[in-house]
Amino acid sequence: MASSGDTVTSSEYISHHLTNLTFGYHEKTDSWRFVDTANGVMPGDFGFWAIHVDTMLWSIGLGLFFIWLFKKVAETATAGVPGRLQNFIETIIDFVDDNVKSIFHYKNAVIAPLALTIFVWIFLMNLMDLVPIDWVPYLAQQMGVGYMKIVPTTDPNATLGMAFSVFFLIVYYSIKQKGVGGFLAELSFMPLGKWFLPFNLFLEVVGLLAKPISLALRLFGNMYAGEMIFILIALLPFWAQWFLSVPWAIFHILVITLQAFIFMVLTIVYLAMAHDDH
Amino acid sequence: MNINLTIIGQAISFAIFVMFCMKYVWPPITGALAERKKKIADGLDAAERAERDLQLAQEKAVANMRESKEQAAAIIEQANKRANQLVEEAKEQARAEAERIKHAAEAEIEQEVNRAKEALREQVAVLAVAGAEKILEASVDQAAHAKLVDKLAAEL
Repeated sequence: MASSGDTVTSSEYISHHLTNLTFGYHEKTDSWRFVDTANGVMPGDFGFWAIHVDTMLWSIGLGLFFIWLFKKVAETATAGVPGRLQNFIETIIDFVDDNVKSIFHYKNAVIAPLALTIFVWIFLMNLMDLVPIDWVPYLAQQMGVGYMKIVPTTDPNATLGMAFSVFFLIVYYSIKQKGVGGFLAELSFMPLGKWFLPFNLFLEVVGLLAKPISLALRLFGNMYAGEMIFILIALLPFWAQWFLSVPWAIFHILVITLQAFIFMVLTIVYLAMAHDDH
Repeated sequence: MNINLTIIGQAISFAIFVMFCMKYVWPPITGALAERKKKIADGLDAAERAERDLQLAQEKAVANMRESKEQAAAIIEQANKRANQLVEEAKEQARAEAERIKHAAEAEIEQEVNRAKEALREQVAVLAVAGAEKILEASVDQAAHAKLVDKLAAEL
């Protein structure tokens, strides 16, 4: 359990684990402050102009780790016999490159690095799910920080942020490849011909918007559900926990990798579709 | 589960990471990979070429060996022939020399015989004259007789 000594009910424990460290302007008290449910500052009070400090911190931290690690290898990369780390990094890059090459057949220098960033970054963020769920929040609490969600991908803001970035690229490349007219024509005349223009437009716009939404919510849903199960397992008596948490964690290794992979592949597929001229 | 500024912050950091990756991570590593691929291909090529070269060299060496063996055999044969020829020539020379020596000896013998005949003839002439002097007991006209005796001697 999170707090030492205090008795915490199950629902308090769960909601504590699901609350982001939100910072923003709190209208009711007319002040800039962190979320503090014990004193009535609820996360829902903040509205749009607030930020999840823990999500940003962990995602940027992990992103920097990714950049640092890969940059380190990139600086010393040789065509000679690779070291252990270089070999590992090269395996990942080869894997991503193979996927990009098999799906995306246009010339575009952005796609492969984009796919690599997505895959590794999301994998690292998902990996935080395997850190025992009470460790970091407990440590943070000891240091006076009330809330700490360390898995950024269980925050829909993080996944939507990435998915909308991908969506922006989809629209950008659609227009770049086909022109504004071509892109609009694709949206208007596609499935049923010009006599059903409003219907086509509706269908295609929904299809277009469904891409980022599904991309974000698939990742978020999987990670959220996974974390939720870890939280529920943590409510069991301590001697019974390993019996469920170990198999679930092992299974989750597959899930976190798979979700990172799916996000990457779908991004490549969507961008390939954006390049396709019908 | 509130949608807030985090979504924009995440999008911005995402964009920055992608750009950084695109500039500083992807090109050097894929470059190294491509270079290694090329190196390996070159290495395999070189190995194949070396193997071919080796095979060629071996064939050449075998051919060389055979050729030199043939040459050696030819030289030996030639030498044998020459030796035989030399022996033959020597024999021929010896035979010719022997012939020449024989001829010379024969000529000398003939000369000796002639010389002996000459001497003999002169002595016979003297003897004949002396004999005739004794027979006639008188010294006749020496000049007339000398002519006669010379004629006689020439007839011998």
